[in-house]
Amino acid sequence: MTQTQHETSTAPAAAQQALPMLHIKVKILRFDPEKDRKAHWETYAIDAQAGDRVLDVINEVKWYQDHSLTFRRSCMHGICGSDAMLINGRNRLACKTLVRDVAKDGGTITIEPIRGLKVEKDLLVDMEPFFDSYKAIMPYFINESPAPAAERIQSEEEAERMAQSSNCILCACCTTSCPIFWVNGSYLGPAAIVQAHRFIFDTRDEATEQRLNIMNQNTGVWRCRTAYNCTEACPRDIPITQLIEEVKRAVMYQQA
Amino acid sequence: MIRARTFMDAKTQSHSNAELNWWIFMRISGLILVFLVLGHIYMTFIQVSESDATFTAVVGKLANPAWKFYDWLILALALMHGSNGARYSIEDYVRTRPNRAWVKGVFYTVVGLIFAFGTIGLFSI
Repeated sequence: MTQTQHETSTAPAAAQQALPMLHIKVKILRFDPEKDRKAHWETYAIDAQAGDRVLDVINEVKWYQDHSLTFRRSCMHGICGSDAMLINGRNRLACKTLVRDVAKDGGTITIEPIRGLKVEKDLLVDMEPFFDSYKAIMPYFINESPAPAAERIQSEEEAERMAQSSNCILCACCTTSCPIFWVNGSYLGPAAIVQAHRFIFDTRDEATEQRLNIMNQNTGVWRCRTAYNCTEACPRDIPITQLIEEVKRAVMYQQA
Repeated sequence: MIRARTFMDAKTQSHSNAELNWWIFMRISGLILVFLVLGHIYMTFIQVSESDATFTAVVGKLANPAWKFYDWLILALALMHGSNGARYSIEDYVRTRPNRAWVKGVFYTVVGLIFAFGTIGLFSI
């Protein structure tokens, strides 16, 4: 009896010991278009657990410290791709990044809006240019031939060709980490090329040639200088630079 | 069919393989240049001692048209490879069209002059 009492009394204490609170600082690049002429840093002190997500930390700031903090988020499970931001100098999804991976006890997490797109407020950017280049690659299935009675069959190998590019969630982590996209607004960007890859290597799609012609332009794949920033930034682990090279080769062999 | 109102629209709609061809050229010329330049370094710094590197020795070697062609190939490929790489950077980083025009104009003029002087120097020996 005494032993069970002993156990129940220590269990919560043990749990608390296993999950100590980290005292961290969150440094966020704030910009209010109605008040500020330039973006400025603001720092918030937060207690967080090592297993908390950075999104939880930002929510803590918004709910309990500064209600005016603006950022996008929706599903909070790394699927909708809304909360891409520059966390400790790298583009990541706030909902897929754990506090323990970016800060130690007493450390600082820096959060900035993703680069290369106009900042509307705080961490919220204008995504229109990003989606314009997405639309430019005709991101829809095109097949004019009459549909068969059952289904358009694809082998497992054929599905494998487009498996990685179909993982894209359009979070813009890759495109806004690309140095060419930062300085040159006419480049379609890695995300649009990954989306094009998904349709170019879809055996059921019939607009391959049209998409390869879009890719063959000065604004398409030839602007890629293989900086590999996109591959490092992708929260879905898509080997983006490799996929862009595959599209380059497809363009080359189509023209040959 | 091309439907465009301005020259620039027509240019973007018309499809050209220029960028593709330059991309292939960069890969091939880069590979060739590695061997040409390594051979050149070997011949000028390792094969020949300092006392051999005289005016008459160089003129004597370049009397052979094969060596002239070898040197001219390094000159031409290196200039094309280098200036195309610089064109990439200029197009990436110089954002307004007037600025791009004069930066490219000055740059291509310098490259053209180097090529002309190099060629004249090589074939007038």
